[in-house]
Amino acid sequence: MSVTNNARGIAEGVAFRAPATAMRVRGLSDRAVAWLFILPTMLLLLAINIFPLIWAIRLSFTGLMANLPTPARFIGIDNYVDILTDEDIWANFQITAHFVFWTIALQVLVGLGLALLINQKFRGHSFWTTVILLPMMLSPAVVGNFWTLLFQPQIGPFNYLIGFFTGAAPSSFTMIGSVALAPWTIVLVNTWMWTPYVMLICLAGLRSIPDHIYEAAEVDRASPLRQFVSITFPMVLPFLMLAVLFQAIQSFVMFDLVNLLTSGGPGSTTELVSITLKRAAFEKWETGYASALAVILFVTIFGAANIYVKALNKVKQQ
Amino acid sequence: MRMSKTNLLLTCAAGALALTIGAASSAQAEGKSLTMCWAAWDPANALVQLDKDFTAETGIEMKHEFVPWTSYADHFINLLNSRSAECDLIIGDSQWIGGAAENKWYVKLNDFFDKNNISMDTFLPATVVGYAEWPKNTPNYWGLPAMADAVGWTYRKDWFAKPELRAEFKAKYNRELEPPKTWDELIEVAKFFTGKEIDGKKVYGAYVFSERGSEGITMGVTNAMYNYGFDYMDPKKPYQMQGIVNSAGAAKGMDVYKELFTCCQPPGLTNAYMQEGLDAFKSGQVAMQMNWYAFFPGLAKDPNVGGDKIGFFKNPAGPAGDFTQLGGQGLSVVAASKNVDDALAYVKWFAQPKVQQKWTDLGGASASKAVLDSDAYKKSAAYAPSFVESMGMVKDFWAEPLYVPLLLDMQNRVHDYVVANKGTSQQALDSLVKDWVKVFKQEGKDPS
Repeated sequence: MSVTNNARGIAEGVAFRAPATAMRVRGLSDRAVAWLFILPTMLLLLAINIFPLIWAIRLSFTGLMANLPTPARFIGIDNYVDILTDEDIWANFQITAHFVFWTIALQVLVGLGLALLINQKFRGHSFWTTVILLPMMLSPAVVGNFWTLLFQPQIGPFNYLIGFFTGAAPSSFTMIGSVALAPWTIVLVNTWMWTPYVMLICLAGLRSIPDHIYEAAEVDRASPLRQFVSITFPMVLPFLMLAVLFQAIQSFVMFDLVNLLTSGGPGSTTELVSITLKRAAFEKWETGYASALAVILFVTIFGAANIYVKALNKVKQQ
Repeated sequence: MRMSKTNLLLTCAAGALALTIGAASSAQAEGKSLTMCWAAWDPANALVQLDKDFTAETGIEMKHEFVPWTSYADHFINLLNSRSAECDLIIGDSQWIGGAAENKWYVKLNDFFDKNNISMDTFLPATVVGYAEWPKNTPNYWGLPAMADAVGWTYRKDWFAKPELRAEFKAKYNRELEPPKTWDELIEVAKFFTGKEIDGKKVYGAYVFSERGSEGITMGVTNAMYNYGFDYMDPKKPYQMQGIVNSAGAAKGMDVYKELFTCCQPPGLTNAYMQEGLDAFKSGQVAMQMNWYAFFPGLAKDPNVGGDKIGFFKNPAGPAGDFTQLGGQGLSVVAASKNVDDALAYVKWFAQPKVQQKWTDLGGASASKAVLDSDAYKKSAAYAPSFVESMGMVKDFWAEPLYVPLLLDMQNRVHDYVVANKGTSQQALDSLVKDWVKVFKQEGKDPS
């Protein structure tokens, strides 16, 4: 009884208050109400995204050094010219491209393979799914530190494992310190960490394929390979492309993991553009120069992502 | 209920203790305090002990903010630049002095020194130039030499004394196996030890700095380069670097360092600085180790490799000279401090000869001539004679306001050549000159 009474009371209250609310918002159009709702979000976005972006663009035309009390001096496009004519920066872009390409290629291959495996019904598959997802749940700082230890040539198990299979002396090579191996080392660790993410997205794609399509294919006596080529892959492709987009952006701006593993070394062999940017901004304190580099990076990622999203939409339509 | 005699005594004692603690706390709460900022390392612990005397004498409480070396420069330069009053006193790196003076982060101490009869003549000249003066070699003082330091070498005295190794070395090189006096000898000895099995373990010849991110490889390579002819600028033409920084001698010095790194560094140490060197030496991996003297008191006492097992020698000479890299820091008063007078009182107290002596006794490293030139000091520890000698042959990196970009440029060029084997030493130094010219132009100086 009391519940009913309460419910009635609430209903009456609402009924009683409703005209007042209506009075308050009367005169506001639907569009104005919509704006009222999104205004806080817009203000927040302006404050934490758009304003810093505009500020960085402004700083990129100055010779400001944030650690000196001297005011920002306008120098036109000098910073952009310096960056775009600097051979070292281009070398760092090449290193970044190598890292992004191989990381994505390996993550897609292994991630899709794992998703196909996990999608099979077998005993304990939930347990194995969780195990595979573990690397993704770790902090990049933890991953960087423990892989550094694993790669230690004298006490690290990685070299012993390689030595065990190849017969090479464990201390005869160093993954992090070698010019030839270090670029592959960062690819390996990043792939280890983020492949589960690609797997998860692919798995969502695989689970979204209706069973009746496979049943129809089986009626038509399509082989498993034919089913994969004609059904599975095309239907998973939009998901895969989405994963590639996310991971390409993530790898392009990758900093923490690589900084902990190699600090960009040996020499500048693994100095990704993000590391160059951090060193310019927060070690050399070349704020103007770093802002220009950040703008170039932003335009590169934004442009590439836009082209990619258009391609993704075409695939979805197909 | 009656209390026993013992209980009564204990209660009285507890009451007295509580009153004393309460009184002391309220006195400190009402009283003054100073915050001292420095790096977190062994000598900082000695400073905490020393500062207890200052508190006992003046009633001023000393607080300490010690930051790990990896973030020491970033952290404190940001504080100074933002005019933070978090530190009243700072033991700042020698490279900061230019920026600190020109940006007025530190209090200029000339008048204070004159008023209190503190003479810079009582400190080692190199430390005065390195830790106190800006512009260099002018009597404008922004700090008091506080922690004298330089690069030196340790070696495994017990390995050098092994008869079979001595005999083998003599047969091979026709001289005794002794601590090296030149860089050529250093490489010979390092190569001799590399790959040998000693105490059941494969060992390596020498550990040298190779760190890329902050200052490591520069603080290492300069020890070879100075002695083969490298300098920062033409002494007659300030900021003129062409042909000096990238001279043939400088390039040769870089080659020599690379040879030592390539032949004899333990595997995996391609981005290693102070701590990695200590670890390599303490774990019996290397016969010789480059490191800062500040760590040597701790190493001399190490239960595994200290005592009779360790020996020390100064940086070996080269064909163009006998120099070593200056380390260490000066004590300065932060201009933004709200307790400048008390901070100056601390500087006056710290400059006293008896305090300088105690500072050294506790494990610090005074730059006072009276302390370092005394026979007692030279006999006080195995590393002391070579330390005194080293402090007389030091050279330091740039201390310009824009020293950070200068340092990072050199880090990149040297690491690229020495560790990553990119290009030639001459190309690396030619590029370095271009980098440095660009930085000096930013600073408004004319390097042409």
